[in-house]
Parts: sequence; C-alpha cells; structure tokens
Amino acid sequence: MDTTAGNRLGGALPPQERLTALRERVGKLAGGSLGTHRLLPFGVSAIDAALPDGGLARGALHEISGLGGDEEDGAVAAAFLAGILARLAPPQPVLWCLAADDLYGPGLAARGLAPHRVLSVRARDDRTVLEAMEDGLKVPALAAVVGEVGALPLTASRRLQLAAANSGVTAFVLRRWRSGALAAAERTAPVAAVTRWRVSAVPSRPIDDEPGIGRLIWQVELTRCRGGVPAQWILEACDATGHVALAAELADRAPAPAERQPLRAIG
Amino acid sequence: MEWLGGRGLLAAVDSRLADSIAPGMPLADARAIAPGIVALDADPEGDAAALRKLAHWCGRYSPWTATDGMDGIWLDLTGVAHLFGDEASLAADLVARLKRQGFSARAAIADTPGAASALARAGREAIAVVPSGAQRVALALVPVGALRLPLETVELMDRLGLRRIGDLYKLPRPAMVARFGLAAAERLDQALGTLPEPLSPLPPTPTRSSHRRFAEPIAQPEDLAAAIASLADALCCALAGDGVGARRLALRFYRVDGVVLALEAGTAQASRDPRHLAHLFAERLDRIEPDLGIEDMRLEALVVEPLGSRQASLDRTGAGADRSGDALANLVDRLENRLGAGSVTRMRPRDSHIPERAVERVPAFAPGAGGTPWDTERLRPLRLLARPEPIEAVAPIPDDPPVLFRWRRLLHRIRASDGPERILGEWWRSREEETELRDYYSIEDTDGRRFWVFRSGLHRPGASPSWFLHGVFP
Repeated sequence: MDTTAGNRLGGALPPQERLTALRERVGKLAGGSLGTHRLLPFGVSAIDAALPDGGLARGALHEISGLGGDEEDGAVAAAFLAGILARLAPPQPVLWCLAADDLYGPGLAARGLAPHRVLSVRARDDRTVLEAMEDGLKVPALAAVVGEVGALPLTASRRLQLAAANSGVTAFVLRRWRSGALAAAERTAPVAAVTRWRVSAVPSRPIDDEPGIGRLIWQVELTRCRGGVPAQWILEACDATGHVALAAELADRAPAPAERQPLRAIG
Repeated sequence: MEWLGGRGLLAAVDSRLADSIAPGMPLADARAIAPGIVALDADPEGDAAALRKLAHWCGRYSPWTATDGMDGIWLDLTGVAHLFGDEASLAADLVARLKRQGFSARAAIADTPGAASALARAGREAIAVVPSGAQRVALALVPVGALRLPLETVELMDRLGLRRIGDLYKLPRPAMVARFGLAAAERLDQALGTLPEPLSPLPPTPTRSSHRRFAEPIAQPEDLAAAIASLADALCCALAGDGVGARRLALRFYRVDGVVLALEAGTAQASRDPRHLAHLFAERLDRIEPDLGIEDMRLEALVVEPLGSRQASLDRTGAGADRSGDALANLVDRLENRLGAGSVTRMRPRDSHIPERAVERVPAFAPGAGGTPWDTERLRPLRLLARPEPIEAVAPIPDDPPVLFRWRRLLHRIRASDGPERILGEWWRSREEETELRDYYSIEDTDGRRFWVFRSGLHRPGASPSWFLHGVFP
C-alpha cells in the first residue's frame, strides 16, 4: 500500500520533488535519518555545497570541536553552534547539557541564539551529560540537544545518533578537552556523528583601518561528512541572526557593509 | 533509672517485674524487693528519638501520628479503621507488630485523645476499644493520674480522696476549678469530649495519599515497581477528583523490621500523570534496601497545585501542543530528580552592570523566563568564568590594556584591543563595593584568541595593578 501511494505521489510531482520523495524513502529503508529533506542550510552556498543535499541534517548527531586554544573553553565552537541553533526550529527550546556552566546569556544573544530558549542542564561529568542528552533526544518538543563532553565513547555516540534519528531532534556534541595532549588523542578517535567540525579563531580583520579588534574571523573545517566532502573556509563570525558569511579574500581589504549584505540575506 | 538528688529512682521497669517494683521507687528499695535486678541509666533523649521513629512507623496505620508525652503515640484513626477490618483488629495488629519489634505496648481507641491516652496507660485491658460516646463509663474507674495532670494536682486529689476519674464527676464544676485550677477541669472535659482537643495545630487539610499493604512482604525490584505504579494510579485518581496536580511527593516504605525508608520527588509543573510520577520513583529504587521485605507503602502528595482537566487524557489521546509541553516538563523532572534540584535552569537578564550579576538562573518553567529582551549592544563574552581568574600581565602604559599576559600557564601576546569599559561597584550593596572599580578590555592575541580582561581599581603610580581574566570571546 505504501509503495503504490509513493508511486502515485511520485508520478504527479515535478522531477526535483520526486527525487526528494524518493530519497526520503531510500533513507527510511536504509534505516537512516527521518527523511533527507529535513535540512538546515547555512545560507552560504560554499558550505551548503559541501554538505549532502545542501544543508545540515536534522535528526542526526553532529560533532563540533575547537582548535588552536579553543579546545579547552570552546568559546568559538559554542558560538558557531549558537549560530546554527539560532536558525534551528525557533522558538522551540534547546537542551544544553554541561558539567561546568559557563555559558553567558548576552554572549549567546549576540550570536543569534535567544538565551531563554536554552535549558541548561548542569550534569556532574561526561557520563551524566551523555545520559541527559539521551533523555532529551526522546522529546520531540526540543529543537536540539547539546552536550559538552570530553570523552565520547563510540557506543555512546552511536546511541545518540540512533536516538536523534528516532525522534528527529538534532544532537550536537561540543567537545571540550582539558589539555592539548588530550585533544590530540581524542580528536582522532572514531565518532558516529554525521558531520565533524573543527573551528578556531583567527586574527580579526580591521574595519575601515580602525585600530582595535575588527570583524571576528573563524576558520571552520568540515573534517568528516557522511555523503559529503571535507572542506574548510574562512568565515566571519555569525551575526545576531545566527548567519555566518565568507570572509573577504584579502586580509587587508576592508569589506564594505553592502558587500556582506547579500550573503547574509540568502539564509 | 533516673538520678534525682543523689538517689537513684526507677524511671522504667521491665514488664516481667512490674508486679513487684514500679517506676518512682528508689533503687535501694527495688534492690531489696528484687535482688539481682540490672539497673541502667535513663536516656531521655534516646527514648524520645526512638519514640519519634516509632510514631513515624505508625504512619502505616494513619497519615496523622504524633508522640504523646514520653511514652505514648497518638494515631488519628478517623476513616482508616475499615482498611484493617475494624478498630479492634487494627489495635490488635498494631500491638502484635510492636511486640515483634520488642516493645511491650498497650492500646486504647476512644472518641477523645484524652480518654484514649488515659485508658492506654491505666485501663484494665491491654487493648481497649471504647464504643463511641461511652468514654464517661470507661473512664470512671481509671485513676486520676491518667488524666495528664501535674503531679501536685494528683497528690492533692489523692489527699482529698479523689482517686478515680469517676470521683471527679460528682464535683460541682466551680468547686473543681477553684480547687484544682482551670487546666485540670479542662483535661477532664477534653477526656469526656465536652471540650474539643485539637491534636494538630494545623488546620485539617485533605490528605492526598494512596496506600498499599501487602499480604506477604515484598522485596523484588519488579514487585516494588508494580506497587509504585498502582500507588501512582490511585493517587492520580484522587488528585483528578480535586482538580489538582502534585508538585512534591513522598513515597514511604515500611519495612518488616520497623524501619521506614522514604524517597521524595518534585515536579517542575503540577502533574497527575501516573506513569510519569511512578517513573520519578522507579528510577531511584536502587536507593531502597528492602532487607527482609516491605510490608506497606504509602505515596503522598505533599504539595499540590490546581491543574485543569487537560492532563487526564495525556497518555492516550493528548492534543499535540499540550502533549509536547508535558513531555518537556516530564523531562525536566526526570533530569532534576537524577542530577539534583536546581540542575535544569533558564537564563534571565537582570538589571545590573556587574557582568556576573546581569544574568540570573531561574527554574525551567519560572514565569517570565521567556521573551525578555537581551542587551546585545555591549560586547560580551560567550563564556564567563565563574569567578575572575588573576593573570600575570605586562601593561607598561597606564590605563592601557596589557601587551602580554599569562593565563593558565600559557603566554599570550596581544595584537589588538578595545576598551576600556569602566564598571563601577553597586555602592548600595556593600561598603566594599562602593570603592570597587573595574576597567574591562577586550583583547586579541597573535593567534586570534579573544579574551575579556579587567584591571581592578584605578591605576596608581608605583603600585602594580592587579589584572583578571573574566571571559572568553568567540
């Protein structure tokens, strides 16, 4: 019965949507995420082109870690994630599980994530963070579940991926390591995440040759992506609507505000 | 045994010796009558604690129990006797169980606490059930000392030949008040029921609880979980009848050996979803050691709040939006029960210039936690350290940010900075804050890492300023 319905539906649709419908069915048969149409595009064509189907898969597990000094406090990683969450199913709440609660509301708001959407869960350690995440992933009322962990065993990441696929709630693990050595050891360990991101701060770009800190610039690497291509970009930090933009090519060229506008408007 | 004025007086005696020696007797006399008795020092505090524990255990019979003096426990049996057959079988069951625990006990059931207390202590039968309204007859032959009167009053009555409570019936009331005081007359009235004696200082509240007694003590986790589920079902029915939901619950386990174990659970939003409430306790059953078995369980809603009829149909056909809201509330409850109260919070802006005070943590469902505007005008870090950490900084120019600093053993060379933003202490809070001043700088090192640091106090020539790192920018 399902097959005929699918055929009838598919036959009446234009080719592009038929393809999407077929992909969705294949995805279901393959036991993967609940339909590949559930995507969150970045609105930056260069990034979306590297991701399968042009966006970040919802109802899946994604990993974000810091680099170059950000491993420990994960400020850049959290800001990059805040930009994604700002655009992910607002105003639904986000469950953010962590052992040491150092998230600062005004800082989240500046990256587009309304702090009142964040339900912070103060766990005791990595294990309890992962347990809380798994509980949260069973609640479809949540837009996403975030967990800040150091150690992430492969089985634990598989469970998270499975729970996310079952409920359609998107899961993010934000890795935080106490030292660079620990980071080096953990970074290469396999994780059952659909995408793995590595973000770090790079020197800011002056605005109109003004002294002081200019535009915040990040280096963003997509190190692993199921069905996609690893890639890396130099981006401007996400703005108060959660959108990132490609940074202008030349370090010394001050980009005019008008130049950045179209890139932001895409999303 | 009590020591009074250097003389050893007996405070209590074993029931086997009660015929020959009695409390109040000097130890020397007692030794003469019953040579070879073992005398132990009295331990009033220990006795009181044990009595409180026992009163707690008696909660399996009635939700309302209290200690009575040094040696008694009151149970309010209004409306509960039928659960045990009748009043007589309840009393028999209670005395039998106490005996198994090693207590010799007497019980009396009467309309008034005064009558029950008197008969239990001085009545002829070990278990007395006074029919309703018959306390006057039942008390007539009981010694006056059982009326909870001061010792002098009892001695005075004794001298006047008033030895039994029945003797007092004949006294005209004005004479009795004049001779023995109003308190004595009131004690008599309370025992007879002509003057009410409220046992609880609190206004009577409808107790919302459910109760299960087991024919055989249970110990298996599955059996306990099943019992919890059935208790939750019964409680939720009662809650639905009153149109309320539970915010705070207690589950008590009465063990065969007289130990009472308890679990408490809270909910973020009033709930009467039996599956959810049962889950809150079932999750923590591993903390309960059933030992030889649990013979009774009681689930009680300690705090309730009004709750519409909305939730009744939750598990079956709940409407989408309501259902998802409840699912979230249930999640918060589960997490808080596992990780501790207050572990799930939301951020709310607060009117303060001090960065660490500008955000407050409120419960997940606190009113007004959503939709408050946030100030994004000022540059603020994404991670704020719980408390500012001191850094070693090199800042050669007064009122300029450092050019170099060391934080957590790493050296950072500064290439760009913004600031200062001066933040003054909130002088109305304390005298120390009156003079507090912080100059905040946003600084970026040569790797592009960005920090929020401040210098504490004004720059003073000759004095090296103290620098702190307070947050990290993305």
